Amino acid sequence: MSITSPSRTSFEKLQSPLLAWVDRNKGKWAGWILISLVVFYVAFLILTPITALAFGAFEKGIGEIIFALSEPGIALAFWNTLWISLVVVTVHAIFGTLVAWIFVRHRFPGRDLINGLVDMPFAVSPVVAGYMLLLLFGRNGLLAPVIDALGIQVAFALPGMVLATLFVTMPFMIRELIPVLEAFDTRQEKAAATLGANGWQIFWRVTFPALRWGMIYGITLTFARALGEFGAVLVIGGGVQGRTETATLFIYRALEERQYIGAYSAALALGLFSLLLVLGSDWLRRRKH
Amino acid sequence: MNLQTTVTQIGNKRSATLPWGQWGVRSVALSYLAFMLIIPLLVILQDGLQEGPAEFWRQITLPAAWHALKLTLWTATVMTIVNTIMGTLTAFVLVRYDFPGKTILNGIIDLPLAIPTLVTGVMLVILFGPQEVLGAWLKEQFDFSVMFAPPGIILALLFLTFPFVVRSVQPVLLELDRAQERAAATLGAGGWTIFRRIILPPLTLPVITGALLSFARAIGEFGSIVIVAGNIPFRSQTAAVYVFGEVESENRLGASAVSIVMVAIAFGLLMFADYLRKRSKSSKRENV
Repeated sequence: MSITSPSRTSFEKLQSPLLAWVDRNKGKWAGWILISLVVFYVAFLILTPITALAFGAFEKGIGEIIFALSEPGIALAFWNTLWISLVVVTVHAIFGTLVAWIFVRHRFPGRDLINGLVDMPFAVSPVVAGYMLLLLFGRNGLLAPVIDALGIQVAFALPGMVLATLFVTMPFMIRELIPVLEAFDTRQEKAAATLGANGWQIFWRVTFPALRWGMIYGITLTFARALGEFGAVLVIGGGVQGRTETATLFIYRALEERQYIGAYSAALALGLFSLLLVLGSDWLRRRKH
Repeated sequence: MNLQTTVTQIGNKRSATLPWGQWGVRSVALSYLAFMLIIPLLVILQDGLQEGPAEFWRQITLPAAWHALKLTLWTATVMTIVNTIMGTLTAFVLVRYDFPGKTILNGIIDLPLAIPTLVTGVMLVILFGPQEVLGAWLKEQFDFSVMFAPPGIILALLFLTFPFVVRSVQPVLLELDRAQERAAATLGAGGWTIFRRIILPPLTLPVITGALLSFARAIGEFGSIVIVAGNIPFRSQTAAVYVFGEVESENRLGASAVSIVMVAIAFGLLMFADYLRKRSKSSKRENV
């Protein structure tokens, strides 16, 4: 095969890396079968639905999408989603770091159990998460007297939806930061201390820079999860059109009302936004390392 | 006195002179967890059990509730079996073979984590909805419906949980020592024997951990299922959708009872996965 025959067409030349690869792998038919099985499975399970969404949204042309997305309710819905996610990310960036910190640096009774409980929101149904908050803050909820006395509304309002999203996204930041903190060499902090730095300076100048990439990735995952939260915000927020409707709740309502193009294009927009966020931070991280 | 001890002493002195700062951090972090995580979990326990265990049992054995729980468990089981086999295979192919497009395939694995589950549901509706091309064809030719039926639930769950087994097995497979396989081959073992006797044993724990995580995640899934399967009691209503219905119709006892069952399953599975992870960590240390 090393001698190139003069009769090769340009098409064959174009194909030559592939052909060379096929040639190298002759006789490895078991591997071939496994590879094609996996490729086919992934294409069927993951790529086909994603492609279908793009086709579904563009079925009636781009004009129809613009018309559907210009419905007044949709801007508010996406706005609600965006700011709930931003609040959630900020809270977790601060408290998630504190929690990861005490899990790695402190020893206290019940640490292992609490550490295990942090993963609960990953497995607890979002519906149940929303319902828990309803039991606490709803009309007959346990904390209803306190809430009434303070004069704030939590259930069927944005504060409740923020709390629900906080619950659901709890593990991401903490789980990203714990391994980074564990790998961090504390002698650097001690060296800084000998040089006369105070506690805050040590954290800000020595520890924080080492945590930065873990934080960025934790924030991305939290953000993506918050953008897509549906069950919990539906139960605690009620999905009141024009008030507590988020992007996901809009998609749900549009489907129920058979406004398919609106639902599909909003789903495409939300999915793309979330995807770009995760891929973007992945790319940033890979470029940095 | 050498530098090392000086550094350690000063470090120790610092943490001794600043206990209030560390105590502050600890109490803030723990109260955050208590308020955000532990109190909500306890509230649901208290609410579901307040009428006594007999009432709790009656609520979860109501025909619709019982059916929803059974449907959730069996669809999650089918998904876990398929996902475990295909996930292990995918990890194996990604680690052991070189082929064009491998990097792209590796990137695609994580896509389900970045896509909102509700959007996943919408995707499947577009593919398999009764008015859509593929859905109508399947219905006409094979009388097989994906939407509003268990196959749709399983498909949605497979999509969501695909990364878990792959990403749990892949790192372990990467670290495996190929010398053992070569030794087995020189001793005359065939491909299948090598796979079964040499490769599979160290993979058992990560495979089980990945499977447990997939199952735990699947039990509570709502967004994609409510779209794909709808809310038809005795047919396609899963436990999460049932709880949603009970909350909407203000049947507090029923919602709390089924919620407790789901939380208990989630808790048990996560604790078991955690235990396995710790065991694999300690056995690794022993080997070193």
